[in-house]
Amino acid sequence: MAIEVPENVVVSKLDSLANWCRKNSLWPMPFATACCGIELMATAASRHDLARFGAEVMRFSPRQCDLMIVAGRVVMKMLPVLQRIWQQMPEPKWCISMGACASTGGVFDTYSVVQGIDRFLPVDMYVPGCPPRPEQLIQAVIDLQDEIQRRGTLSGREFQTRARQEPKRALVELPIVTVPRGAGRLSHGTLH
Amino acid sequence: MTDPQTITALSSEFAGISTSEFRGETRVVVPRESIYAVLEFLRDKRGFDFLADITCVDYLNYRDAEDRFGLVYVLASTASNERVNLRVFLNEPDLSVPSAVPLWEGANWMEREVWDMFGIRFEGHPDLRRILLPDEFTAHPLRKDYPLQGRGERHNFPVLQRATS
Repeated sequence: MAIEVPENVVVSKLDSLANWCRKNSLWPMPFATACCGIELMATAASRHDLARFGAEVMRFSPRQCDLMIVAGRVVMKMLPVLQRIWQQMPEPKWCISMGACASTGGVFDTYSVVQGIDRFLPVDMYVPGCPPRPEQLIQAVIDLQDEIQRRGTLSGREFQTRARQEPKRALVELPIVTVPRGAGRLSHGTLH
Repeated sequence: MTDPQTITALSSEFAGISTSEFRGETRVVVPRESIYAVLEFLRDKRGFDFLADITCVDYLNYRDAEDRFGLVYVLASTASNERVNLRVFLNEPDLSVPSAVPLWEGANWMEREVWDMFGIRFEGHPDLRRILLPDEFTAHPLRKDYPLQGRGERHNFPVLQRATS
């Protein structure tokens, strides 16, 4: 049975309509801790103009955001702050890990730098680069928009399936190379 | 530059002082027992009114090193532009020196940093807590025997997931 609709009416699914609304008005939470933050600012500024993709409303309150952009290295003293900000953001929410440091720790494989925020947070998009160009970040936002349109559901079911598909990464540090602990008085003229 | 008279005065006042010079910088090695007296002497008698820095060097695995830690004080005189580097050598297990906070208030945070990174105790410090690392950190990571990749401190956090509605 065909239903007569006027020409200016489009039929769609509610999921797809909601996702279309969501993807075109992402409100980013700029979590900028290092030089990637400068590129993030450049992305939002007039030349690259993130507003073209509907993501220009940088909010500094996590309660008004649905996209967290982690730009820069995160040290272990900062990670509880990052996690709290993530928890304060309302659902549905997404996360972009911008740059080598946020994604993997980068060159900072030291005692204090977290080796990739995806060990402790769900991450949707990774942006390579040190720091990435604004175009790369824009590409990540566009890809995330595609992902939201394609996989998003009103009930947030996609996060459930994703949590099932990607088990937690094993939290194992690399083996520690032990240096023999020096005696109180070091032997004279030895080169270890 | 350090005024030669300062060195002479130090050598005549205190025993066990040795000095060396490298590229115009004078280094004075002070025995641990007399460091506080030397600092007080330099401040009150020689006009070193500014404590520029307190830092530390770990000489573990260092060629020809006899002592483990070298605690460094950099003093300056704002009147005469004179500078002097003091060094105190410390060895385990007794890693403590008197705090310089009664002489210079600015020593407070510098000593906390040295405690945080090297584990040197400053006796008489009003508030010797960690300043840079989290309170639950147990090691002193700028020591040379601390592994480069950490001891698992980076992984003691809960793993967050999205709320599954």
